[in-house]
Amino acid sequence: MSDRSDDTTRALLGSLHQRPSNDDPHVTVSGREIRPLVGPDDVDIDHARDLGEPGEYPYTRGVHASMYRGKMWTMRQFAGFGTAQQTNERYRFLLSRGQTGLSVAFDLPTLMGRDSDDPWCMGEVGKCGVAISSLEDMETLFDGIPLADISTSMTINSPAAIIWAMYIAAAEKQGADITKLRGTLQNDILKEFIAQKEFIFPPLPSMKLVVDTIEYGTNEMPQFNTISISGYHIREAGSTSVQELAFTLADGFAYVDAAIEAGLDVDDFAPRLSFFFNSHLDFFEEIAKFRAARRIWARHMKDRYKAKNPRSWLLRFHTQTAGCSLTAQQPMLNVVRTAYEALAGVLGGTQSLHTNSLDEALALPSEESVEIALRTQQILAHETGVASTVDPLAGSYFVEKLTNDMEAGAEAYFARINELGGVVPALEEGFFQREIADAAHWYQEALERKQRVVVGVNEYVNPDEKQQIPLLRIDKEVAQTQNAKLAALKTRRDPAACAAALKRVEQTAQDGGNLMPPFIEAVKAYASLGEIIETLKGVYGEYTEPIII
Amino acid sequence: MGRAIRVLVAKAGLDGHDRGAKVVARALRDAGMEVIYTGIRQTPEMIAEAAVQEDVDAVGLSLLSGAHMHIFPEVQRLLNDKGGDDILLTGGGTISDEDMAELRASGVGQLFGPGASTRDIVEYIQTEIGGRRAGEPS
Repeated sequence: MSDRSDDTTRALLGSLHQRPSNDDPHVTVSGREIRPLVGPDDVDIDHARDLGEPGEYPYTRGVHASMYRGKMWTMRQFAGFGTAQQTNERYRFLLSRGQTGLSVAFDLPTLMGRDSDDPWCMGEVGKCGVAISSLEDMETLFDGIPLADISTSMTINSPAAIIWAMYIAAAEKQGADITKLRGTLQNDILKEFIAQKEFIFPPLPSMKLVVDTIEYGTNEMPQFNTISISGYHIREAGSTSVQELAFTLADGFAYVDAAIEAGLDVDDFAPRLSFFFNSHLDFFEEIAKFRAARRIWARHMKDRYKAKNPRSWLLRFHTQTAGCSLTAQQPMLNVVRTAYEALAGVLGGTQSLHTNSLDEALALPSEESVEIALRTQQILAHETGVASTVDPLAGSYFVEKLTNDMEAGAEAYFARINELGGVVPALEEGFFQREIADAAHWYQEALERKQRVVVGVNEYVNPDEKQQIPLLRIDKEVAQTQNAKLAALKTRRDPAACAAALKRVEQTAQDGGNLMPPFIEAVKAYASLGEIIETLKGVYGEYTEPIII
Repeated sequence: MGRAIRVLVAKAGLDGHDRGAKVVARALRDAGMEVIYTGIRQTPEMIAEAAVQEDVDAVGLSLLSGAHMHIFPEVQRLLNDKGGDDILLTGGGTISDEDMAELRASGVGQLFGPGASTRDIVEYIQTEIGGRRAGEPS
């Protein structure tokens, strides 16, 4: 536990998070006071300087001139549970219902680079995603789904480079031209240290692995987004909207710095950087956040990093509705919450969208609930008319003011992070973690005081409520099936080839060379994920975070 | 009033989602309890050992990973083995009512799901520990 009192902490680090002291109900979900009326005198906006045309610098109005008329957002539902075979069936179901891209959720053992049979993984195999311990599992996951024709997003961070190597090898086995593969790796290790905590190695070697994937993608797989710089998890951990915006973009700049330092030219890799934001319930604040994000990124990439290619200035992003806004009480109401959040994402100009399912405060979604979630997007796209006009809220005094405020708030955080020596020193001393914990604490207090109302939770409670929705259950047999499969694989593979490939991984990690080629070789020799990660731990060590509450 | 209630707040298993654990730890501290937060990635063995060593009154486990049906019984078993059978084991996370009832029946204390008020959690621990202390031989 931190031995500093809250007040000392704040004096040392000067939290920038706003905390209204009274019980004013007119504050956003992030604690920002909302003005009753905003007029022309309240907002300083210059059309050419601050907005521009859609598809033009500074891209406040969107990354494409015609937006959804030219290309509808990609409807991409994040899914994965149990064994690779069970998840493969869910993918086929979603594709048959009109989903247009795949998004893989891995289980915690995989996210932490551990094989299913590792003692640490007891009770966790297949629980919050699909278990992938080897190339064999990856082949099963995409069995019958042509990887040459579909874009696949993979939510994986610490072991991202190795999972990507498995994906590349599986695609190659299907006969796909790997230079044409499309998709996105999350691969954002900084937000793991900051918020989601699925780190393995210390920050510097972790960043090195990210740079290796950026470099490999730039040279070999130009249509793959090798990183999705994510605010989603920062927000879910309790941050405010401004913190989500600022910390995510600060992470983005840190990756740009690291890649430039490794010798890459900014215009060679920046066009493939992508982003991932949360869409929470505070409707206008979220729309302003998305618009501000594009403008800030464009300004910094052009002015600070001197990128010449306009594609380097573009902030393209995926949106997921806020998991933390879902309630276990009266879960059907989550359909309504999710629809509003999805609308904010679309009005903010997202490139792809995941809508949460109504049962996700309690379990992974059932097939019925995930279909409603996908249908929610289809209604938005085809029935409401909101996709017909580009950036329809531009020029609204309120929305433009909020957009300006978001940008100013983010710039204040960038200055603070700079004072602390950059993102890595700031996270090592717990700056982000403390800011987020403070915001989460404020929000909980606001709920307890009923300053914020959550329908069905602290007001409008149904006293006779019983949980009645059918929940997805993960069978206990998943772990046994997985372990038997892995044991059989280990007896079948060529042990000498596997050992030699692992040796090459170790050697390359020591020499500092790009690890992607040895990872691909190792997964093709059916070295398991856990074996490769253990080899790297021997070189890089493991990270323990400062404990802060 | 006797000594302050001591609570070990722990994140078990591989799950790193620590928002709830931290919010609850602060709420317990604000209510005057002595709180020890283990940080993330603790094994049931580490948690039971720390609970006994620190002589806590209660252990609060936070689990959002779906591993609760494995980890709660395991921590309970280890607490009993190590002579910590008088320690209240409670907690919360994304746990269905059905699973809560099953864990409750196996001897684990009350569990709190999404949307639970920190005031209810504080009150539960105070009442439960107060009752246990009142029943102790003096």
